Amino acid sequence: MIEIKNVTKRYGTKLAVDDVTFTINKGEVLGFLGRNGAGKSTTMNIVTGYISATSGQVLVDGMDILEEPRQAKRCIGYLPEQPPLYMDMTVEEYLYFVCDIKEVRKRNQKAHLEDIYELVKIADVRKRLIKNLSKGYKQRVGLAQALVGNPDVIIMDEPTVGLDPRQIIEIRRLIRDLGHNHTVVLSSHILHEVSDVCDRVVIINNGKIVAQDSLEHLTQGIGEGVRMMVRVVGPEKPVQRLIRNVPGVSLAEPMGMKEPDSMDFMVESAPGNDVRRPLVNALVSGGYSLLMLRPMDVTLEDIFLQLTSESSEGGN
Amino acid sequence: MLAIYRRELQSYFFSPLGYVFMGSFLFVSGIFFAFGNIMSVSSSFGTMLSNVSFIFMLVVPILTMRLMSDERRTKTDQLLLTSPVSLWSIVVGKFFAACTVFLLTLVLTGVYVIILSAYGSISFGEVFVNYLGFFMTGCCMIAVGLFISTQTESQVTAAIATFGAILLIYLMDSIVSVISINFIGVVLEWLSLFSRFSDFTNGILNISSTIYMITFSAVFLFLTVASVEKRRWSEG
Repeated sequence: MIEIKNVTKRYGTKLAVDDVTFTINKGEVLGFLGRNGAGKSTTMNIVTGYISATSGQVLVDGMDILEEPRQAKRCIGYLPEQPPLYMDMTVEEYLYFVCDIKEVRKRNQKAHLEDIYELVKIADVRKRLIKNLSKGYKQRVGLAQALVGNPDVIIMDEPTVGLDPRQIIEIRRLIRDLGHNHTVVLSSHILHEVSDVCDRVVIINNGKIVAQDSLEHLTQGIGEGVRMMVRVVGPEKPVQRLIRNVPGVSLAEPMGMKEPDSMDFMVESAPGNDVRRPLVNALVSGGYSLLMLRPMDVTLEDIFLQLTSESSEGGN
Repeated sequence: MLAIYRRELQSYFFSPLGYVFMGSFLFVSGIFFAFGNIMSVSSSFGTMLSNVSFIFMLVVPILTMRLMSDERRTKTDQLLLTSPVSLWSIVVGKFFAACTVFLLTLVLTGVYVIILSAYGSISFGEVFVNYLGFFMTGCCMIAVGLFISTQTESQVTAAIATFGAILLIYLMDSIVSVISINFIGVVLEWLSLFSRFSDFTNGILNISSTIYMITFSAVFLFLTVASVEKRRWSEG
């Protein structure tokens, strides 16, 4: 659907995007992951035709975004990081305006907007001025704007930033719904947000693509499966020795003291091998009290660590 | 382009800007009409318009300061530039919207003409030429202001810079008169917008001046498009 070929964007001496190549397939929900400042927004701005790349090419449905901008841009709905809203208009006026510039036929506009109101649930604020809306509603109006004209591809730059947890859940559900009949690209610096909704992720770091794969594949190698945190009352060394000796445990690392008199440890075990029972039994029979045991999430940082260590191993 | 034009025109009257522009323009032209025409018992409308032309410095920045700068500041240019509309139609739509507000204001000053024609004898053909010259000069200023508005994200900066640019254009004739180098003087005088405007206030419909003014606006619209385009490619 969208091919990004060797795209580079240079700002002065800094390469914001460095020779990026990847493909967005029709019908998939693609996550675009990276830390803040990694080049996510720049890439998205290039893909949508807002800025031009220093070199490289973006093809939307086979059309070059620079050579056939009108046709190519018609296929894309874009929700930038800051929703592009005119504060002095009402929601309805604004969306009619967007219909006009996105070339939705006059007689279809009303019905089209009714569908969008329904989908993003903004029917109750349609007569209100945009500047008086809450942040969550503004975000939804921004999303409505991206849906106008029913584009094949919807690109969203950090759609959940600054929203409260309930709104985040709603937006995520919306993204999942959109994924049924659109190609969706969504950028984020939060791993579990992407893991919730995306089929595939592209990870960018310092302007370079470091990985593109399904999230399961990417997280598989990390910690070899199960990783948890245990908090135990007792001295560091003996407890660590005890945990290490539990059958199935591959790693036990102290993580410092978070609660008085206790010690936190990171415990890893081989996948498919549940060590919780033997671990707890061993601790109790050793005379140590267990205060907490919880699974640890894989973070974006872990993936970065994994990827960078892999590439350095490859280099050796 | 029509959508951009409509939205821009609407926003002049959703915000105080349009009213401030019209109000201050009508206020100042009203004073000049009262003193220059009524109290001095003169029916020369062209002289009045020529005297009032300094007002461009003060009111054109009001009209143009936020046209492009605000789009950039609020990031709504991301919507426009990623939509299937050409950059030209965005720029031209905005230009026409500002010109329309200006034209509407001029139409309101038609009251002065009605008053004059009731108590004195005026030539409507001459008044039309006066108006045409005044309107086209205003449009040239708007094009300059629009161009300056693309250079910054701040409305205030755009307004002050536009004020400065129009002041320079306004003073061009005086600058020319003190330049001793003949060649430069001739060129600057030929370029001077206000010396061309004086043809119109004398009631002369000068084709070359008309073409000059249209070209002047077109050049600045082109520069506006070019500078937005340049920023998209910029590496700064």
